[in-house]
Amino acid sequence: MSALAAPNEVVTRALLRQVNVPGLARPAALITLDNGFDHTKPNSFGPGGLTSLDEAITAALAADPAFVAVTGKPYIFCVGADITSLPQLADREQALEIGRLGHRVFARLKDSTVPTFAFVNGAAMGGGLELALHCHYRTLSGGASALALPEVSLGLIPGWGGTQLLPNLIGIPAATQVILQNPLMQNKMLKPKQAAELGIADVLLEPADFLERSLQWAAGVVRGEITVTRPEVDRDMWAGVLYFARQTLDARLHGAVPAAYKALDLLETAKDADFAAGTAAEDEALADLIFSEELRSGLYAFDLVQRRAKRPAGAPDRGLARPVNKVGIVGAGLMASQLALLFARRLQVPVVLTDLDQGRVDKGVGYVHTQIEKAVTKGRMDKGTAAKLYGLVSGSVDKAAFADADFVIEAVFEDLDVKKQVWAELEKIVSPEAVLATNTSSLSVTAMAAELEHPERVVGFHFFNPVAVLPLLEIVRGERTDDATLATAFAVGKQLKKSSVLVSDAPAFVVNRLLTRFLGTVFAAVDAGTPLDVANAALDPLGLPMRPLALLQLVGPAVAYHVGGTLHGAFPDRFAVSENLRRIAESGQPIVVDDEINADVAKLLVVGDEPLTAEQVRRNALDALAQEVRLMLDEGVVAEAQDIDLCLILGAGWPFHLGGVTPYLDRTGTSERVTGRRFLPPGVASLPA
Amino acid sequence: MPREVRDVVFVDGVRTPFGKAGGMYANTRADDLVIRCIRELLRRNPQLPPERVEEVAIAATTQIGDQGLTIGRTAALLAGLPKTVPGFAIDRMCAGAMTAVTTVAGGIAMGAYDIAIAGGVEHMGRHPMGEGVDPNPRIVAEKLVDPSALVMGATAENLHDRVPHITKERTDAFALASQQKTAKAYANGKLQGDLVSMAIRDDEGGWGLATVDEAPRDTSLEKLATLKTPFRPHGKVTAGNAAGLNDGATASLLAAEDTARELGLPVAMRLVSYGFVGVEPEVMGVGPIPSTEKALRIAGLSIDDIGLFELNEAFAVQVLAFLDHFGIADDDPRVNPWGGAIAIGHPLASSGVRLMTQLARQFAEHPEVRYGLTAMCIGIGMGGTVIWENPHWTGSAVPAGQEGNE
Repeated sequence: MSALAAPNEVVTRALLRQVNVPGLARPAALITLDNGFDHTKPNSFGPGGLTSLDEAITAALAADPAFVAVTGKPYIFCVGADITSLPQLADREQALEIGRLGHRVFARLKDSTVPTFAFVNGAAMGGGLELALHCHYRTLSGGASALALPEVSLGLIPGWGGTQLLPNLIGIPAATQVILQNPLMQNKMLKPKQAAELGIADVLLEPADFLERSLQWAAGVVRGEITVTRPEVDRDMWAGVLYFARQTLDARLHGAVPAAYKALDLLETAKDADFAAGTAAEDEALADLIFSEELRSGLYAFDLVQRRAKRPAGAPDRGLARPVNKVGIVGAGLMASQLALLFARRLQVPVVLTDLDQGRVDKGVGYVHTQIEKAVTKGRMDKGTAAKLYGLVSGSVDKAAFADADFVIEAVFEDLDVKKQVWAELEKIVSPEAVLATNTSSLSVTAMAAELEHPERVVGFHFFNPVAVLPLLEIVRGERTDDATLATAFAVGKQLKKSSVLVSDAPAFVVNRLLTRFLGTVFAAVDAGTPLDVANAALDPLGLPMRPLALLQLVGPAVAYHVGGTLHGAFPDRFAVSENLRRIAESGQPIVVDDEINADVAKLLVVGDEPLTAEQVRRNALDALAQEVRLMLDEGVVAEAQDIDLCLILGAGWPFHLGGVTPYLDRTGTSERVTGRRFLPPGVASLPA
Repeated sequence: MPREVRDVVFVDGVRTPFGKAGGMYANTRADDLVIRCIRELLRRNPQLPPERVEEVAIAATTQIGDQGLTIGRTAALLAGLPKTVPGFAIDRMCAGAMTAVTTVAGGIAMGAYDIAIAGGVEHMGRHPMGEGVDPNPRIVAEKLVDPSALVMGATAENLHDRVPHITKERTDAFALASQQKTAKAYANGKLQGDLVSMAIRDDEGGWGLATVDEAPRDTSLEKLATLKTPFRPHGKVTAGNAAGLNDGATASLLAAEDTARELGLPVAMRLVSYGFVGVEPEVMGVGPIPSTEKALRIAGLSIDDIGLFELNEAFAVQVLAFLDHFGIADDDPRVNPWGGAIAIGHPLASSGVRLMTQLARQFAEHPEVRYGLTAMCIGIGMGGTVIWENPHWTGSAVPAGQEGNE
């Protein structure tokens, strides 16, 4: 035990109280998990917390209670193991020990001869939910905000009994969904109703008097008045479901996430193994994963998303931000309409769309209205909000409608002269302090502002498609952008619920520059004669969210070709213009149809006769990334490698197990080979040296 | 348009266990106490579709913070009643819940609605008496009211001055009897039926469950005699012969009698009459005497018709003054048979409904009793009385307690 002591652990104490429940002759033992902070610092389990729970269970059982129940502090049951302390474990033996400790303490609730209950009053994730799974019965509050076994998303497994208990409670299809599928789908959480329907809880109770009703329900169970029935678990489908899950995993991850495969193996074990053998297998898997590079990258990425994304590096003092009470959007195309909906929904201020003719304006406003109607029909928006949004979004062919706007964003054609003309026209209408933001993906913000009377209020505000889904916003500081403008842009980004990263006015900023460079190597390979399917599958071992050609299709070959042109202009030696890409763009045909490469597109290509192997393509792509990241850091495009990783995670969906990209480039030796040094010191996003 | 006055019935009532200020509810919100009562009331009466509740009147004396924000409306929303159910806040100090009942009863009687919830809450730990008050300076400048009228204990000492024959020994004896009757009622399971368990929490013990009143205590005349008289040196009023400072909530269901029958709701009591009367604020404790006389007059009854009394024991002296006035013995078995506020506690605005729930249970046990009353004194010099008819009355013309006179 002492070997496991975590000096920085915020200990979640297990507080024990004897409770007289009406209708029971003997008191019940009620254990409250509480780390002494409010809900913003949730309960978690480290060695100290587990020891406290162990002691509470001992004291509870000593009093021969009518039942033992475990609940949480307000809004929080327990969100699992204290992952921040995992990197401090000295060796694999200690990692094994933390697994065993959790198993030993939780098993007491499973093996108890006195009935045990979990009253899941709030968020229950990972080890918290596993604790509940060990209890004989579970009540669940309809107000519990987050229910999940998210371990696989970080690079762990639900290793305190989750892989063994859950499938035997709710069946293998649902367990596979909770343990594998959801964590790999942007870490999807279960809502209480879903969790209850899956059978994770025996009864769903309203939050208003959850504890009182839970105690009453438990008393009913103990007295035999309430019989808990659970559906029989279908064991015949076990192997079939896992076979299918493995295929899906292979198709998507190509073996890149060891945690997912270990979870799969453990789910297989859960079918027939006795509990002790199953949990022993969990201990081994957990210890392996704790000392894996993927987990260290996962923890690093988690920290970036949880902390750095909320406090953007280099953002000016928030107090400098000016209020934004009206927004103007230049253009009424699809992008502009999406922005109008987003701004209206999040800022709740008037948003005006303008375009050259009434037809386009009406179409843009019509798009917003249709989206609002859809949201209401699907129950994602209430009627009051919809009524408000209808009133907030309007259109005009006259830019004079922008006169009292505080923030105007343009989403017109990607052409420097067109954009300069738009700003010049607008400057005559808006106040000198109104922020002029551009959603350009590759043009120079500085150049766009150059001839304005007030260039200091121009800022880049680069969204990622689909705007409503991808959380990244690249905020671009032009050479003359002032702090008040920048602070306003960050404040607006926060209101839009985006994660903003400050980038300098470099060609194509961060995400597009890296993806273009990366895709460029793939296209260079194709141009040289590498078969499309070989080039397309070359990056599979990384477990990226999509293959290169699917990404190209999402971005749009025309856009990619355009961005590529800009970058070629800036850095002709590193960014080539692919004639084949031009041919694809001009053909207007889809590259990928039903996950298959479109043969008609393949026929358009004019290729060389020096095909590369997949291995070579991958190496070229990674080398190019390492070189480009190093150059970007040296140019000061962003403050640190962490910002590059954050951009790739949030703007391109690059996975946690790569840590974005720099931890992967470091651990594969790519960075040292290509640039002569690592991006991050050993131990930051990797195992210690 | 011709209008018929409808009979109003008390269907059911519940309360939280009453806590001592600073005690078990120290970390529990006041509104949560009354919300819990409303929810339990609905749960105990599943025949009642929640949307049939058409008014929620909740009383609190100090309508600040978690007792503010139009608590009848917010508590209804938070209790999960449909948004179409309106509500309001009400204040008549100690008689808040009683006034909530009589007010919605008036609304039901004149046909404004069929079913209403009435209750009260006071968390005296969070909201001590007098919190945030701003008495008009004219009260002192124009000598309108003696400043002691604002301190309830001082008004009880003032009352002692007016009724010197009520000795401290007699008030202590009455207080001891209250404790003993409550202990016996608990032992016999008389009070538990009204109680709804309440989740409680503290930093050291985590969550817990309140299931019994916190205030009742084992005491003796000797112990009571030693207590301090905080309101006057060498005075007569002590913490032992007065109700304490308490936290708690109550809620009750009132309905037009025909609606109750239509929905199959139980009829626990039928409202006969009520009266509120003002008295000198300096001796507010005498209030229930004229209010009872008024309610009796309206009902066409005499005090001899009343078979059961639930009198709020704000102060023993004030109950004894009432009993003396009406010629009732201190230990008359019709009066507070299960003890009163001196033992159970008196979370100001909530207490009126506690008197009613206890009277309702006694009615069920006493079909020979036709009429009962609930009465209480009220700060700033008032009294309130509600007279109820026992629907279980078997028709004997003999009022309870008077059998011997026949």
